[in-house]
Amino acid sequence: MFAVARQSALRQARTQLRISQPTIVHQSALARLLSTLAVLEQRDGKLSVPSLSTVAAGQKLGGSVTAFVAGGGAKAVADEAAKAEGIEKVVYVENGAYDRGLPENWAPLLVENIKKGGFTHVVAPHGAFGKSLMPRVAALLDTQQISDVTGIESEDTFVRPIYAGNAILTVQSTDSTKVLTVRGTAFAAPKTEGGSAAVEEGVDPNVESPTEWVSEDLAKSDRPDLASAEKVVSGGRGLKSKEEFDRLMPPLADALGAAIGASRAAVDSGFADNSLQVGQTGKNVAPQLYLCAGISGAIQHLAGMKDSKVIAAINKDPEAPIFQVADVGLVGDLFQKVPELTEKLQKQ
Amino acid sequence: MNPFDELSIEEAVRLRERKLPVEEIVTVTAGPAKSQDILRTAMAMGADKGIHVQIDDKEPQLEPLGVAKLLKAVVEQQKSNLVILGKQAIDDDAAQTGQMLAGLLGWSQATQASKVVVEGDVVTVTKEVDGGVETLKAKLPMIITTDLRLNEPRYASLPNIMKAKKKPLEKKTLKDFEGLDLKQRLKTVKVTEPPPREGGVKVEDVDGMISKLKELGAL
Repeated sequence: MFAVARQSALRQARTQLRISQPTIVHQSALARLLSTLAVLEQRDGKLSVPSLSTVAAGQKLGGSVTAFVAGGGAKAVADEAAKAEGIEKVVYVENGAYDRGLPENWAPLLVENIKKGGFTHVVAPHGAFGKSLMPRVAALLDTQQISDVTGIESEDTFVRPIYAGNAILTVQSTDSTKVLTVRGTAFAAPKTEGGSAAVEEGVDPNVESPTEWVSEDLAKSDRPDLASAEKVVSGGRGLKSKEEFDRLMPPLADALGAAIGASRAAVDSGFADNSLQVGQTGKNVAPQLYLCAGISGAIQHLAGMKDSKVIAAINKDPEAPIFQVADVGLVGDLFQKVPELTEKLQKQ
Repeated sequence: MNPFDELSIEEAVRLRERKLPVEEIVTVTAGPAKSQDILRTAMAMGADKGIHVQIDDKEPQLEPLGVAKLLKAVVEQQKSNLVILGKQAIDDDAAQTGQMLAGLLGWSQATQASKVVVEGDVVTVTKEVDGGVETLKAKLPMIITTDLRLNEPRYASLPNIMKAKKKPLEKKTLKDFEGLDLKQRLKTVKVTEPPPREGGVKVEDVDGMISKLKELGAL
């Protein structure tokens, strides 16, 4: 409560000082008090809209928000990002060396731009890119990062889940530069139209990465992205085989316009790709609807989906822990219930 | 032992079993006296030596940045050229230490590894990323953090548990690492329970499920 009061007092002080003492020294000194660098992701010259959740987090912190993007074609991505609401400025570094998101050259790049801009906060999404990059940045800045932030109480006080989401930790940072990775589902990305941020070129230290990118193998899918989908259907060990998983889950997902997820048991048994795993060591999702079949509901799985708005579960075991969190539970054989559900949804 | 750390030890031992020139496998931990049990387990799995940095309950807790600084000192002292860590500890779920250590040392890093191939001084790592896998190549020295699918850790056999009791275990304290800024940067304001979900309803059939989902606005 005090933290919130302090934040609003600070904001108020800034506004008043801007009006009453428009001296440049004061203004810049105060603006420096709170300014966020929001690291955006891009792929093949396309802005990752879910990564704009960093901008939403930056706005909650209270200061100005500068977005950052780097890679080949970064200028075009910056122009696109400049239209998003809530961004004051977009800094871009146009250099194909940053396309693969290698932390070895990205970390010095970010550090240079953070120092140049005098940012008090640096925010990146808590995805594969942010997770591998930001701790390296934090170490170079000698600051203790705060990972997977789900709530911002004030400019120095943050909320994050620990113990697989079984406890919620509120921490206060004493570091002068705060490095955060944020959970995308906890901060809704701003509108991508209506903004008009300035676009500016950043500094490029051009550090060569000792690590070489060789190849990638991404699961191709026309379905919505799992981490940001409105609806998710998820299958577990109860599906018994990859054949059954592929037979039952995609039609259900298509009927709902949903992304497909899986439990660790289903992934380990080879029913589904690793990248579909929902849970403590996989993805965190918080869709409007999480519909799962054949998932018992181990705590590691619940960690990744229990913030979903509505949880529906089909399981033959009436005692399965999943029913303790499900808003709608159906006890029954999924091999019979899932096709029936798919058929009835298709008819609607 | 943190499950991801078991994967780290297993991978180190497997590198040696693949007849790669692994001179020594050193396992290190920082924490209270009972963390020595963890080191003994690691040695029973195949590590050669343990280093225990004893931290009393009264001393401030080490944060990932502090652990990374401590590990940097150990790495330099032991002249290691490959450090394998878990991708995250399942208590604080921070997932930072390996990357921080790589940054402090200025080494290559490969996080969330699901496959590691070493040829000479070139390491090829397949890592788990959003939507699939990515393969990276780097020269030693480097830092690798392990993901669940890297390997299946072995159980320590009884004879190996007995042998592990005779393996060397170096005991150190934070006083042995003077000059490192290990002070805590984060203050715990509070730890709370997550808001419980309200108990849901069980429905009789598929039609019941559809109508309930509609009622809840999910369809």
